[in-house]
Parts: sequence; structure tokens; C-alpha cells
Amino acid sequence: MINPTVVDLSRLQFALTALYHFQFVPLTLGLTFLLAAMETVYVITGKQIYKDMTLFWGKLFGINFAIGVATGLTMEFEFGTNWSMYSHFVGDVFGTPLAIEGLMAFFMESTFVGLMFFGWDRLSKPAHLVVTYLVALGSNLSALWILIANGFMQDPVGAKFDPTTMRMQFKSFGALVFSADAQAKFVHTTVAGFVCGSMFVMGISAFYLLRRQHRDFALRSFRMAALFGVIASLAVITLGDASGRLDDLLQPSKLAAMEGLWHTTTPPAAPWTLFAIPNDKAQKNLYPIGIPYVLTPLVAHDFTSAIPGVFALERDAKPKIVNGMKAIVALKAYGATHDPAALAEFRKHENDMGYGFLAQRFAPDQDLSKVTPSNLPTILDRAARETIPNVFVEFWAFRLMVALGVAFLIVFAFGAYYSLKNELEKHPWVLKAAMYAIPLPVLTTLFGWITAENGRQPWTVFGWLPTFISASSHSVGYMVFSLVGFALLYSAFIAAELYLLFKYARLGPGYHGATVRPVESAARPAFGQPGYAADKPWQ
Amino acid sequence: MELYVALKVIWAVLLGVLLSGLAIMVGMDMGVGALLRFVGRNDGERRTALAMIGPHWDGNQVWFILGGGAIFAAFPTLYATSFSTFYVVMILLLFSMIMRPVAFEYRSKVDASRWRESWDWVFLISGAVPMIIFGAAFGNVIQGVGFHFGWDAQYYQDESFIWYLLNPFALLCGVLSLAMAVHQGGAMLMIRGEGPIAERARRFAIGGGLLAAALFMIGGVWVQFIKGFAFTQTVDPGMPATPLGGPAVVMRTGAWMDNFHMYPLLWLFPALGVLGMIAGPLALMARKPILAWWLGAIAWIGIIFTAGGAMFPFLMPSTTNPAESLTVWNASGSAYNLGWMLVFAVIFVPAILIYTSWAFRVMRGKVKTETVVGNDHSY
Ligand code: HDD
Ligand code: HEM
Ligand code: HEM
Repeated sequence: MINPTVVDLSRLQFALTALYHFQFVPLTLGLTFLLAAMETVYVITGKQIYKDMTLFWGKLFGINFAIGVATGLTMEFEFGTNWSMYSHFVGDVFGTPLAIEGLMAFFMESTFVGLMFFGWDRLSKPAHLVVTYLVALGSNLSALWILIANGFMQDPVGAKFDPTTMRMQFKSFGALVFSADAQAKFVHTTVAGFVCGSMFVMGISAFYLLRRQHRDFALRSFRMAALFGVIASLAVITLGDASGRLDDLLQPSKLAAMEGLWHTTTPPAAPWTLFAIPNDKAQKNLYPIGIPYVLTPLVAHDFTSAIPGVFALERDAKPKIVNGMKAIVALKAYGATHDPAALAEFRKHENDMGYGFLAQRFAPDQDLSKVTPSNLPTILDRAARETIPNVFVEFWAFRLMVALGVAFLIVFAFGAYYSLKNELEKHPWVLKAAMYAIPLPVLTTLFGWITAENGRQPWTVFGWLPTFISASSHSVGYMVFSLVGFALLYSAFIAAELYLLFKYARLGPGYHGATVRPVESAARPAFGQPGYAADKPWQ
Repeated sequence: MELYVALKVIWAVLLGVLLSGLAIMVGMDMGVGALLRFVGRNDGERRTALAMIGPHWDGNQVWFILGGGAIFAAFPTLYATSFSTFYVVMILLLFSMIMRPVAFEYRSKVDASRWRESWDWVFLISGAVPMIIFGAAFGNVIQGVGFHFGWDAQYYQDESFIWYLLNPFALLCGVLSLAMAVHQGGAMLMIRGEGPIAERARRFAIGGGLLAAALFMIGGVWVQFIKGFAFTQTVDPGMPATPLGGPAVVMRTGAWMDNFHMYPLLWLFPALGVLGMIAGPLALMARKPILAWWLGAIAWIGIIFTAGGAMFPFLMPSTTNPAESLTVWNASGSAYNLGWMLVFAVIFVPAILIYTSWAFRVMRGKVKTETVVGNDHSY
């Protein structure tokens, strides 16, 4: 018997550790490219200030990177430690991109990051630049492969279930790698990382400008980040639209939840809901405010397609559940007896087998052979309802992401405009907005992930393997042990990280490390002031 | 089917190679971490010791990540079952390991002795604990683990985690692996260090190597009295990969020696192991740390392939349901998957070895305390 508490705690732990990891990843993705860009300018122009920029932002990058690496280690283990059935079921396909990620991306990124930090005196300028680019390339390749893996969970292409080995077998490498879902995810996510990196650099530069410190340094960093940010946020919005379009085609249940659609829409007048409080229990929206004629073109990119709502989706799921239950009963019989008749029966219903797994939870003793005509209707109802993710979470996570995305574009656009006109300091509100916005893009990516992953529920592998049966057969005690440990460790990490980030950001680019006393460094000439360059602060 | 068998064997060997890479590279860094408080008597000396592996620890650590990833892809059922049955142990390993990256990056960023002292303790824990657990996991696997499978190939654990942590043979393997790490870490500290740091490291490394040799030989004798696993009927190595309904397996004292009787060439591995573990300390006595490091690396390969050679084709035998033991034949990925992974391994493993050695070349040379303490960017 699967213990629902263990499953819930495993989900909680995975969600917390993944969300935690992804606080650090986007900055890595974005900052590595910004560092490479700054260093490129340094190598081409030979101006010391660009090297100082690379070093200063590189130091903040390092503080962030360390926790990204630490929390990434957790992720690599967690599939095995907490999702044993999942790992067995899809390891043949899903493990492959993960292993390739290690071979191709992590090795490159991690080996060269050491040279990037410590190789300044030992490498020629161009060689060091190449190293920095390799770090940037490595981090983005790692995103590519992990998102290919995640794309498989969202839309399992390139594999087929095999009743003999009781798992999905890998069939097509091309289909896995070029999965539309994976590609859409990859571009949207990396570009979101650029938004995060740009806002980070722009915001801290704005902080210096507001305090009238390190002016030259801050102005240049600000402009570079703002321009980068405009492009990145335009791209993130366009590519986000593409992700939504894919959900429409591949995961209608996610889309219905994202848009809070209980009833199938009537094109073209169907309203796009701006505000509502979806109530999952009562299955309706409270206080909806909508804009008519917007939803259909927004989602379907035409004026005629109806978008299925929750009730229709639940109804459509029922025949699949009936078939799926037959498939699972036959599969179990085949496993025990290797009877060809059982196999033939399984083959008839195999495409719906995931729905059978889904119903297993609601059968007496979680045993589908105990389903009788009298208990079937309740099982069907409960399983059908289970196919819809939590609408409230989905609706709001998605709306917050979109709203914040539009807000970023505005901040970047004003920032870039005033920066190009050299009027930044006349408009402190832009500077303040940029400064307070520093953590928001990271938060937005988390909302994005909640949209993607909560919307995938109840499946770990969409349509094939429910979350409920994916987890390891642990005891609650095990889960409490690890959850408490993670909570303690991760809280300590974030406290240390924030302390150091604030410390080094406040000290600014004029400060050169822990061994130099702050008093000394305050006495140093700041950037762009006479005597500064002669100081050779980084040597 | 022939091709499938070949792929399974190749991936079993590659798994050994990856585990050796992990033991050698991560083990070295863990050794340095564990020794940090003992070779460095003051902050400057400790920073110097850290600077010796500072540019490389992150790259080295990927051997560990790749080890996990490769088991996941090449032996999915092994990954699923072993990581879950060893849950508490694995989580302890994880907790101790994830403190290390943070310790490297944060330790020297605040100039307060309480802060730095605390992180030095973290280095000790995150160096010693993972090595002990790494070795102990091997020790457990050699003795067999209590688990069985349900109809859908979900595992069920039949033994308490306390046994996995505290059984004498596993502890021996754990201490062996820590001793090897100390040897390798000490050798590295001698290669890139000088003066008192190198002197202290030398003493620890010599002790570590000799202790490892002794434990390895004791373990070798001990294994004669442990119940090994053997098939009692012919098996088809090309069988579909499933742990369910497999051929019968017995537990028999001394069965882990069968392969050595059948293929005497396998004795090469324990011989290499012992040779490396004894010659390594001798080289250190003669102040040839580079030679000692390589001898230690050979010793690791000897140790890991000795264990693998004894158990082959078993990967994780089950004491409570031996017929459901995980083997190279029944726990592997599909032929298609193993083939694709091989393509990537053939391209990228050599590339990794090349750029890793380049990175070590770039950063080679003695690390001096003056430069470390004077440089704000060093750990
Ligand atoms: C700075 C961050 C950021 C911003 C401004 C946006 N997104 Fe986003 N979004 C992400 C960061 C992100 C993400 C973290 O990168 C996600 C999580 C999973 C993924 O693939 O990307 C994501 C997922 C995600 C998904 C779910 C994909 C799935 O189901 O797998 C959709 C439909 C959108 N986004 C759509 C949008 C739209 C229409 C935006 C318009 C403003 C938008 N996103 C802005
Ligand atoms: C780093 C960015 C990611 C974040 C923030 C994230 C977030 C989440 C969240 C919030 C859940 C819980 C969903 C729920 O139970 O309602 C979840 C589940 C899960 N995610 Fe992700 N996810 C991320 C990336 C990935 C990737 C790349 C993969 C696979 C390669 C993945 C695999 C899983 C698995 C296996 C579960 C557990 C099963 C489940 O609850 O569905 N996640 N994730
Ligand atoms: C969208 C999801 C994810 C992306 C884009 C991503 C990307 C990255 C990046 C860029 C790094 C570099 C270090 C840093 O964060 O600063 C990293 C570290 C790491 N990530 Fe993730 N990650 C994701 C989720 C996951 C998941 C689900 C796993 C588990 C398989 C994972 C495993 C790791 C590991 C093992 C590391 C450490 C690598 C090292 O030592 O360099 N990541 N990840």
C-alpha cells in the first residue's frame, strides 16, 4: 500500500529543493553571459574598468554559484532517493539527458569556472576570455539537457512502455532531443535567466548611482544590463507565449487550470479572466473580471477554436480510466503468468494504462482487481477529478509571472532610454524601481516553474505515470528526517549567501576582499577618480 | 542480443571507471578537507592548503555527479533501488557533501576567526563523512542488502538503515576509503605545498596509505567468510532488463571467490591495489609525492575493480530474495539507450580528461602562503 503522507512529503521536499535550486540557477545562466560580454569589451578595448567590472560582478556570481552547485547535487540524488518507481519507470530515457548533462555541460562549466576565478595571472587575455565563454556555454548547455529531461516528463516522446521490463524503453534519441516542449522550455528558461542577470546588475548599479558611488562603473554596468534586459524581456514574453500555445496542444488540463476555465469556451467572445479567485472545491471562479474577445486569439491564435474546460476534460477522462484499469489488471496478470492472452488484453488498452495507475489510488486496498460495478462510479468520479491540477495555484502562479514579466519590460525600457540619453540621475524613480526589482525576476521564474510543474499534476510523466505511484516506499520517519535536515541546512545557506551578497554589494567594486580592512578600502580612490588606475587593486 | 550483452558489459566496466574517477579525484579533495585542520595550524596555512585544490574541486566533484547520472541512465533499476534502500545513509552523504561547495566559496570571505573556524569544521565533516559512507555503501553491497520487488518493479526495503551504517564489514570498508582519501589528499598537499604544511601532510598520508593496505588485506581475508551470491542455473546475459522472475540465486560462503578461481587474471586487481597502497607511502617517504599520487590512483583502481570483479555480474544482491538480486544483466538500460550513451561517453570522456589535465597544467606549481594571504580572490 502506498502511504499518501509519504507521497505528499516527497512532493513537498522535491518542490522545496527544486525551487530552492532555481533561485540560483537563473542568475548563473544570465550572469555568465554578462560576464563574458564585459570581458569581451575589456579584451577588445583594453580598458581596465571593464576588467574591474568583470571581476566585481564575477565575485557576486561566485557567491551565488556555490549554492547553485550545492543544491544541484541534491537534485541529482533526489530522483533515486525519493522517486524510485519513477526512476525505474523512465530511467532508460530520462537518465540519459541527465548523464549527458554531466558529461557535456557540468564538467565543462565546473572545470573552467576554476580557471575563470583563479587563472587571471596565468592565462593570456584571449585564453581567459575563451574560458569565460566556456563557463557560459557550459551553464546554458546544462540547462538544455535538464530541460530536455523535463520536457520528457511534460510530453513523453521518444519512448514506449514495455510490459516485459515494466518500464518505458528509449526508442528515439532525435524525438527526445528535438521535442517541441523541451525546446520551448529551453529558450524560455534561459532567456528568463538573462532577465534575472540583467536586473541583478542593473539594480545594484542603480543602488550605487542613488548613493553617488562608483559612478563611472555603475553607469556603464547599468547601460549594458538595461540593453541586455530589454532584449531578454521581449524575448521571454514572446517565447512564453509559445510555451502557452504548446500547453494548449499537449496539456489541455494545464491550460484550463492556467486560465481558470471550468466550462469549454464559446469562441470568439470568450473573455480572458483578468482577476478571479478560483475555488477548487466548488469548481467555480469567485469574483471574475474578464475582457471579452481576448482569450481565443491569445491562446489559440485564431478566432474559432473552442478551448476545453475542466468539466469537459473530466468527462473525457472517464473512458480512458475504464480502459486504463483493464490495462493494469492485464499487465499485472501478464507479469505473474506470462500468459499471451493477458498480453493481448493489455495491448488493447495500453495507451490508457497511465489512467489505470491513476485510478489505483482510489480502488479498495489500492487494488484494481477489487473494483466492482457497485464501487466503479465513485472510483471513476474521483479519478477523473484527480486529472485536473489545482486551479487556484495554477491560475495565480501564471498571472503573477505574466504581470511581472510585463513590468520588467517597462523598467528595462525606461532604464535603457534614460541611460542612452545620459539622464539616468535625473530620474531617480527608475533607479529605485530597478533596485527594488532585483529579487523579482528570480521570484518570477519560480512562479513559472510552479505553473509548469503544478500544472503537470497529477502526473510525473504526463499521461503515463501518476505522481502518486512514483515515490519511493519510505516511511514517514525517513521523510521527516530529510525534510528537517534540508530545512536547517538550506536556511543556513540562504542566510550566509544573503549576508555575503549584501556585504560585498555594499562594499562595492572599490573593495577587494576580506584581507583588506574596510577602513583601508574606504580610503582608496573610487572608480573613475584620479589615482584609481595606478592602484592596481586586483593584483 | 550479442550486441546487447557487449553493451551491458561495457557499461559495467565504464561504471567501474567512473567510480574510480570519483574515488581518485573527489577522494583527493575530501582528503584535503579532512586534513585541513591538522595540516594548517593557522588561518594562513589553511588558506594555503585550500588554494592548492581551489581551482579544481568543482571540476573534480563532477565525477561524483556523473557517477550518479551514469548509474541512473545505464542501470536505472539499480539507481532507483540503491538510492532508496540506503535512504538515510544517502541523505547523510548528501548533507555532508553539499556543505563543501559553500565552505570553499564562503570561508575566507569574512575576516572573523569564529566564522572561519566553523567552516574548517565543515571541511572536516564534509571530507571525512562522505568517504566513510562511500566505502560503507560498497561494504554493504558486497554483503547483500535486504530488499524485494512488487509486481510493478517497485522495491520494498526489508532491513533497517541502522544496519547499513553500523555493521563491522561496512565500517572497515568505510575507514579504508577514508584512509585512501587521506593518502591522496596528503600527496596533493605535498605536491603543491611546501614547508610545514607539506611535512605534516606527509606524515598523515604515509599513515593513511599503510592503514589502507592493512585494511584491504584484512578485508580480503574477511570476504572468504562472507556469504557471496551465485546463480544456480544458467543465465542468459541478453535477457530483458527486469528484476522480476529472474533465475535462481544462492547465498554461499566464499562465493565471491568464484570469479577469481575461474579467471585467475583477476588477481591482477588486488595485486595492483596492494602494490599501490604500499608503494605509495614508500614514495612519500622518499619525497616523491607525484609518484605517490599516481600509485594511490592505481590503488583505487585496484580496489574498485577487485570488488567489481569478485561480484560480477552482481551489482546489488538481495539477501531477503536472492532471485531478485540486481545484476549487470537484469538492471541495465535498453540496448538503444546504452548505445547512445556510449557514443557520448566515447566523445566526451577523452575530452574531459584532456581539458582537466590542461587546467591542472595551467595552475601547476607550489602555492605560497604569502601570495594566498595577499590575494583577496583566493579561498
Ligand atoms: C523572468 C522570468 C519569466 C518571465 C518574465 C516570464 N516567464 Fe514564463 N516561465 C519562466 C520564467 C518567466 C520559467 C521559470 O523559465 C518557466 C518555468 C518552466 C519553463 O519552461 O519556464 C516558465 C514557464 C512558463 C509557462 C509554462 C510552460 C510549461 O507548461 O511547461 C508558460 C505558459 C509561460 N511561462 C508563459 C509566459 C508568458 C506568456 C510570459 C509573459 C510575460 C512569461 N511566461 C514571462
Ligand atoms: C529547477 C526548476 C524546477 C522547479 C522550481 C520545479 C518545481 C517543482 C515543483 C513546485 C514540484 C511540485 C509539484 C507538485 O507536487 O505539485 C515539482 C515536482 C517535480 N519536478 Fe520539478 N521543478 C523544476 C525543474 C524540474 C526538472 C528540470 C525536472 C526533471 C528533470 C523536475 C522533475 C520533477 C519531479 C520528478 C517532481 C516530483 C513529482 C511531482 O510532484 O510531480 N523538475 N517540481
Ligand atoms: C530548469 C531546471 C534546471 C536548470 C536550468 C539547471 C541549471 C543548472 C545550472 C546552470 C547549474 C550551475 C550551477 C549554478 O546553479 O549556479 C546547475 C547546477 C547543478 N544542477 Fe541544476 N538546473 C536545473 C534543475 C536541476 C535538476 C532537476 C537537477 C537534477 C538532476 C539538477 C542538477 C544539478 C547539479 C548536479 C548541479 C551541480 C553542478 C556543478 O557542480 O557544477 N539541476 N544547474
